[in-house]
Amino acid sequence: MTFTVPEIAWAPLAPVLIVLGAAVVGVLVEAFVPRRVRRPVQLGLTLAALAGAVVAVALLWDEVADTGGTDVLGGSLLVDGPTLVLWATTAVLALLAVLVVADRTSTGEDAFAPQGAAVPGSGYEEAARAAGLQQTEVYPLVLFATGGMLIFPATGDLLTLFVALEVLSLPLYLLTGLSRRRRLLSQEASMKYFLLGSFASALLLFGIALLYGFSGSLRYAEIADAVRTVGGMDGLLLAGSLLVLAGLLFKVGAVPFHSWTPDVYQGAPTPITGLMAACTKVAAFGALVRVMYTVVPDLRWDLEPVLWTVAIATMAVGTVVALVQTDIKRVLAYSSIAHAGFVLTGVVALVQSGITAVLFYLLAYGAATVGAFGIVSLVRERGAVRPGARTGAGAAARVPALASAGSTADVVGTGAGAGAAAAAEDRAGVGTGAGAGPAGADADGEEPPVEATGPVLGEATHLSQWAGLGRTNPVLATTFALFLLSFAGIPLTAGFTGKFAVFSAAVEGGAWPLAVVGVVASAAAAFFYVRIIVLMFFTSPHGGPRDDADEEARPGAVVVTSQGFAVVAIAACAALTILLGVLPGPVLDAVAGVAQLLP
Amino acid sequence: MSSTVATTDVPWLTLLVVWPLVGALVLWLLPRGSRAAGAADADAITAGPRRYARQIALAVALVEVGLGVAALLAFDAGAAGEHQLRETHAWISQLGVSYAVGVDGVGLALVLLSVVLVPVVILAAWREQGSGALPTERLRHYLALVLVLTAFMVAVFAARDVFLFYVLFEAMLIPVYFMIGAFGGPRRRYAAVKFLLFSLAGGLIMLAGVIALYLQGPGGPQGFLTENLTGLDLPVGTERWLFLAFFLAFAIKAPMFPVHTWLPDAAEQAPAGTSTLLVGVLDKVGTFGMLTLCLPLFPDASRWAAPVIVALAVVSILYGALLAIGQQDLFRLVAYTSVSHFGFIVLGIFAFTSTSVAGSSFYMVNHGLSTGALFLLVGFLAARRGSARIEDFGGLQKVTPVLAGVFLVTGLSALSLPGLSTFVSEFLVLVGSFGTNRAAAVVATLGVVLAAVYVLWTYQRLFAGPVRDDLAATRDIGGRERWVVGPLIAIMLVLGFYPAPALRLVDEPAATTVTHVGGEPPAVDMPVAEDGDHEGSEQ
Repeated sequence: MTFTVPEIAWAPLAPVLIVLGAAVVGVLVEAFVPRRVRRPVQLGLTLAALAGAVVAVALLWDEVADTGGTDVLGGSLLVDGPTLVLWATTAVLALLAVLVVADRTSTGEDAFAPQGAAVPGSGYEEAARAAGLQQTEVYPLVLFATGGMLIFPATGDLLTLFVALEVLSLPLYLLTGLSRRRRLLSQEASMKYFLLGSFASALLLFGIALLYGFSGSLRYAEIADAVRTVGGMDGLLLAGSLLVLAGLLFKVGAVPFHSWTPDVYQGAPTPITGLMAACTKVAAFGALVRVMYTVVPDLRWDLEPVLWTVAIATMAVGTVVALVQTDIKRVLAYSSIAHAGFVLTGVVALVQSGITAVLFYLLAYGAATVGAFGIVSLVRERGAVRPGARTGAGAAARVPALASAGSTADVVGTGAGAGAAAAAEDRAGVGTGAGAGPAGADADGEEPPVEATGPVLGEATHLSQWAGLGRTNPVLATTFALFLLSFAGIPLTAGFTGKFAVFSAAVEGGAWPLAVVGVVASAAAAFFYVRIIVLMFFTSPHGGPRDDADEEARPGAVVVTSQGFAVVAIAACAALTILLGVLPGPVLDAVAGVAQLLP
Repeated sequence: MSSTVATTDVPWLTLLVVWPLVGALVLWLLPRGSRAAGAADADAITAGPRRYARQIALAVALVEVGLGVAALLAFDAGAAGEHQLRETHAWISQLGVSYAVGVDGVGLALVLLSVVLVPVVILAAWREQGSGALPTERLRHYLALVLVLTAFMVAVFAARDVFLFYVLFEAMLIPVYFMIGAFGGPRRRYAAVKFLLFSLAGGLIMLAGVIALYLQGPGGPQGFLTENLTGLDLPVGTERWLFLAFFLAFAIKAPMFPVHTWLPDAAEQAPAGTSTLLVGVLDKVGTFGMLTLCLPLFPDASRWAAPVIVALAVVSILYGALLAIGQQDLFRLVAYTSVSHFGFIVLGIFAFTSTSVAGSSFYMVNHGLSTGALFLLVGFLAARRGSARIEDFGGLQKVTPVLAGVFLVTGLSALSLPGLSTFVSEFLVLVGSFGTNRAAAVVATLGVVLAAVYVLWTYQRLFAGPVRDDLAATRDIGGRERWVVGPLIAIMLVLGFYPAPALRLVDEPAATTVTHVGGEPPAVDMPVAEDGDHEGSEQ
């Protein structure tokens, strides 16, 4: 047997190579660059790599638009129009997400644990904190994950698909566990994500094996041929396809494979949640579209009932469960599930315009998601009880417990040691926080916001803490409202254009019941987005509706000033959201011009 | 179409849309002024450009009125049935969406109504300056929202593209939502959310209809243009479903029985100026949509559904009036009278005679003026008393004679007294409907009687009788307030005695619409086509 060196066209691979190469260099930087300058080097490298990937995509664009794309590495990667769109989307969103990741409060605190390996609450961890250690490994990890995400939707064979899945997942499992605050919650999330993710990988792998058994090939094109020609093994084919789809549906967070989403989104460091929610979804939907449109389109009559059920269940569960959440990150998690359902309606449609619609939707959704989580990462709680709390004793007892939850672990009520931890809490700068600005007494005499004092703790994720944010931080709250309106699909935001496109595709593909369910779900979903807007703008701080007993003991929220990276990212996301809502024409045209999958 | 109309160069409608947006942006971007740092109390802003937010807003609104008049002059009233001042640009050609605006007579009338009400509303909010109700800083936001809303209102009445119409139909909710939710009464959160959810639910159902309609149409980069979607030969079932999807959204907006329940809450909790715009203009989008989208796009389904809709309209007329009689809160009372009046408008539209349709079109304008003025007056009363409950007033006409007189005239316009413009339109609606829906027209006439009850009885309880001691020092209507209601009453009187110019605007579009829907020729000879012989009828 002779080994023939495959012809490799390097140019079309450039975006992937740049990102993965920079990731490898990043590992070396960790080893050889002095600690002082490590962060700027890593950050510059990461941003340059992602920007380079975008530029490389732009350089490839014309050729691909003309020729329809090429397959490289002997057909393992298909660089066609949708691939380029997904690459550009992923790279841009990752770039913005990295800006949020890189941000630190003005006192230099980032979102990551000083020493990921330390046992939560241990002396070792405390020592690492006291030494002021800062993580910089997150940058290469993010780059590796992004590299996997770039490969994932571009693969032309099932084995590469699986490898890409692992490349993108493993760094994310790690990153999920690295939260600075609420360490136990974070590690629990990481564990859950890893276990369920491995399970999904196993399903995918099993499906790949069955499809290989059916067709004798791992190539998408050859499997598709086999689907048309080979008869008599329908059981193998169907089981294989369903298992592969299950693996992909897990990654997009579709019901019934969604249960990891809220826990992981809540536990992961918020900037990482933004990255996961936006980019992973882009990559996974890209892969799903390719499999649906090129591998198993001839099975549509068999798969349709299953996928319709999944899409309807995803929209319904995501929407309904989000209605009763009290944690902002969980609300956004369930909303992301609902959005997965909306995108699925476009995927299931199996018409040409469906590809364009899905690609556009992913960009629109991703921009709002990165921005929304970026804002969540800036809204923090403070360790102060407002004067005149109703239950003085109860509130006082609650403060150390909260401080402990914020600083070291989730173990509520660890006793005296927790109070010390709170004292050791590094003080982050407080900018235009409560009290400053045009807070103003309310027209109907509600009490003005209370000046919070005390150390800034973790993120204020409980919804009640967001009350009155529109009064204290109008710009930030308005921007967040913009993202929420985009999620809700209000016209003149990107979300509306995306929703319109996928529902149109669904109706065009004969899946009008899905569109109807989608519309109903959108109406219901609007309720919980609007509820947050009500909280932010129409409720004075601490004056909101009380839906749980211990709310009055929760510290209020302040917005920290940061080094400004996150603000840049949020502003860019907001601009994208408006631009894609008001003038989506050029982007839609560009996407539609190349939305042709290679067979 | 005459060539002079087609070649108009100035994009008046776009100017009308863009100008208030610019104004709103200016208001939001006003620098804070020098003593920013310590000014925690918003009322303390006495220096810096933000102080002039009201003046700027009013100036913007007055220029907007000027633009509206310019558009009216550029409009050829002789061809009012045509869409004029047209502009068509590709917007999202991939989805078949164009930025296409243009107005026929009805659209222009409603655009003018919108721009005329805006300075009035701004002037009505003026006084709140520093008085504690709306601190300067928040007043600035409020006025900016009013201007944003103005742009959307103008654009929605001018849209000639179904997608554009839908986008504006939904986008309008956002400023109104904040205008109710952030600046309203004690239960404003509830009212704002109820308003938003009702409207959004209706809008999303309409969205499904919009998508499905597009796929039935010719498609292409201008596939959403109204004229490209008119006259499609839709299958019967499809057409009916599409009609229902659109109609439900409009019925919620209008609001019609039984989906009207959001209006009283919203009107009660919103500031008076917001209610004026909400009921005076925004709700017209519902009836305007029925008139300009439902009827031309789905003529067969409109005829199919007409009996039920006419019945619902009659129910709205009587039910709204009866509930209005029973209200204790003045804002809710006015809101319910509107439900009744919208019943008349819908009745006229679905009676399918050119008389009734023209009457409904004119009614939309008159109702905006009359109800707008009524809301503002109730707002004045509530500001004086600190309450809008009827039982808190009594005998005011001796203390505030001018206010009482103005209220009476406005109230009489709500019950369509001859000599006021509402009479003309209500008369046309009833006459026009009588030919095709005799029973409905007869029953609807009862609504006029009930209107007399709620107007006069309310007047009696508020203003007649002995002066209550705690009201003895009530201020009469002041100079600014006269400027708020004066113009509205003047327009109502002018159009009441000489409605011909307004009717010229709405006659031809009505005839065109009726031709589209294949309605019967006017059963009763139109008395208005000549020279306003209503002047005779009211003497």
